[in-house]
Amino acid sequence: MSLISPWRAEFPGILTLAAEGQTYLDSAATAQKPQAVLDSLLGYLAGGVANVHRAQHLPGERATRAFEATRDKAAAWLNAASREEILFTRGSTEALNLLAYGLEHLLQPGDEIVVSALEHHANLLPWQQLALRRGLQLVVLPLDSAGSIDLVLAAQLIGPRTRLLAVAQLSNVLGRWQPLHELLAMARAHGALSVVDGAQGAVHGRPDMQALGCDFYVCSGHKLYGPDGVGLLYGRSQVLTQLSHWQFGGEMVLEADYQSARFRPAPLGFEAGTPPVSAVIALGAALDWLNGLDQASAAQHEAALHAELLSGLAARDGVRLLGQPQLALASFTVEGMHNADLAHLLTEQGIAVRAGHHCAMPLLKSLGLSGAIRVSLGLYNDSADLARFFAALDQALELLR
Amino acid sequence: MSLPTAAEQALEAFTACPGWEQRARLLMQWGERLPPLSEADCCESNRVHGCESQVWLVAQRQGDIWQFRATSDARLLRGLLAVLLVRVNGLAAHELASLDLQGWFNQLGLARQLSPSRSNGLQAVLQRMQQLLEE
Repeated sequence: MSLISPWRAEFPGILTLAAEGQTYLDSAATAQKPQAVLDSLLGYLAGGVANVHRAQHLPGERATRAFEATRDKAAAWLNAASREEILFTRGSTEALNLLAYGLEHLLQPGDEIVVSALEHHANLLPWQQLALRRGLQLVVLPLDSAGSIDLVLAAQLIGPRTRLLAVAQLSNVLGRWQPLHELLAMARAHGALSVVDGAQGAVHGRPDMQALGCDFYVCSGHKLYGPDGVGLLYGRSQVLTQLSHWQFGGEMVLEADYQSARFRPAPLGFEAGTPPVSAVIALGAALDWLNGLDQASAAQHEAALHAELLSGLAARDGVRLLGQPQLALASFTVEGMHNADLAHLLTEQGIAVRAGHHCAMPLLKSLGLSGAIRVSLGLYNDSADLARFFAALDQALELLR
Repeated sequence: MSLPTAAEQALEAFTACPGWEQRARLLMQWGERLPPLSEADCCESNRVHGCESQVWLVAQRQGDIWQFRATSDARLLRGLLAVLLVRVNGLAAHELASLDLQGWFNQLGLARQLSPSRSNGLQAVLQRMQQLLEE
């Protein structure tokens, strides 16, 4: 049965690309935006902008209210215990860097930071560099053949020296939910802090901070059908107080003298400089839009489309999947073919997929690959998109054989 | 400045291409004709960084004239290297300096292969070539 997306018409971007002959299958990199988000952006920008948390004038008050409303929406969407647990950042990458600097003072030479072998560079490099700065051990959790963090090995590697665990919720290459429940329990048992990289996972199901029980969780607006330049950092209130300030300036200060200063607590103390006001406001619209979805039918559409993607790939000779993807995306190589050649020919045919190392070079190297093609799905994709992709893939395979 | 003979041939062949498919086939054919580099030439110091494919570029200077040799593990990129080399080889340094390579790829109908978002490596090859010329 041909799958139709009931949400497609709400996305001007996907319709424009389609009219141009482009089939967009790269939502894991960034997602198109629904009309509601565009309306919110334009509404704020055209309605008279003002800076937030600075001015007593009416436009400033209006902007601040709209800006802070997103904090409430994000707290509700993530089921945080309080709005004070939500920090705005520029995106997941900045949030993880904030943590790597903000937690640095808690770590001593010889302490261990644990990440997994599938981490995106954004959740690897900040910790790697922190380990180099402080003389820490960076421990890498191996994967099983399906592409999940191996829990047996994790239980041996997460131990009394572990001070911090940082893992992805959903791999951007392997498309598998990681066993967070078990991993977070291991971290807790050893008194280690936990950081979950929700950049890929957040959009595919509603993250619940109180149920998850991690200390920190990060995600990016642009992958949530929202604007780019804004991300969320959730920090459990009990641990947020342990974060050191990392960027200075603007309204994050409580009191400043020439030689010393005192700073605000979270969240404002971690939002130095003028924040991306329009993006934060429009992120609120994106969260409203996500909230308004019929969760069951969204999940069903994603699952059915993913199944169609996997069966199409399985039906083609020489296609090898990376791991066993469960949702949202599939990465693959074709035996005897260079992924750059495939990417070239797919691009020629208007297929927008990602090729290369997917910002996870160590993972690709460990799989013995220089790169792979990744197809990733959004709620606006449908069977016709996949049909165009497979027709183009067949054409490419034929040319290269 | 008149075109080198091989470049004339490339221009003729590519401008006669009616579509992307024929162009891709032609690129691969040109790639096949690229003389292979020796194992010794495919060394780390000749590798062009910043490409997702592996690319090696070797430059030799005889008098004022430059000769480049290159290869890649990706077939279409080998083709792009082939049509690049036929345009640049045998030119003097001052001719290379004033050469409009974007224009050359435009003429061949391959303009998009040079766009900054492409990670195919052609852009990195041009930068490396420039570096070698300046050394």
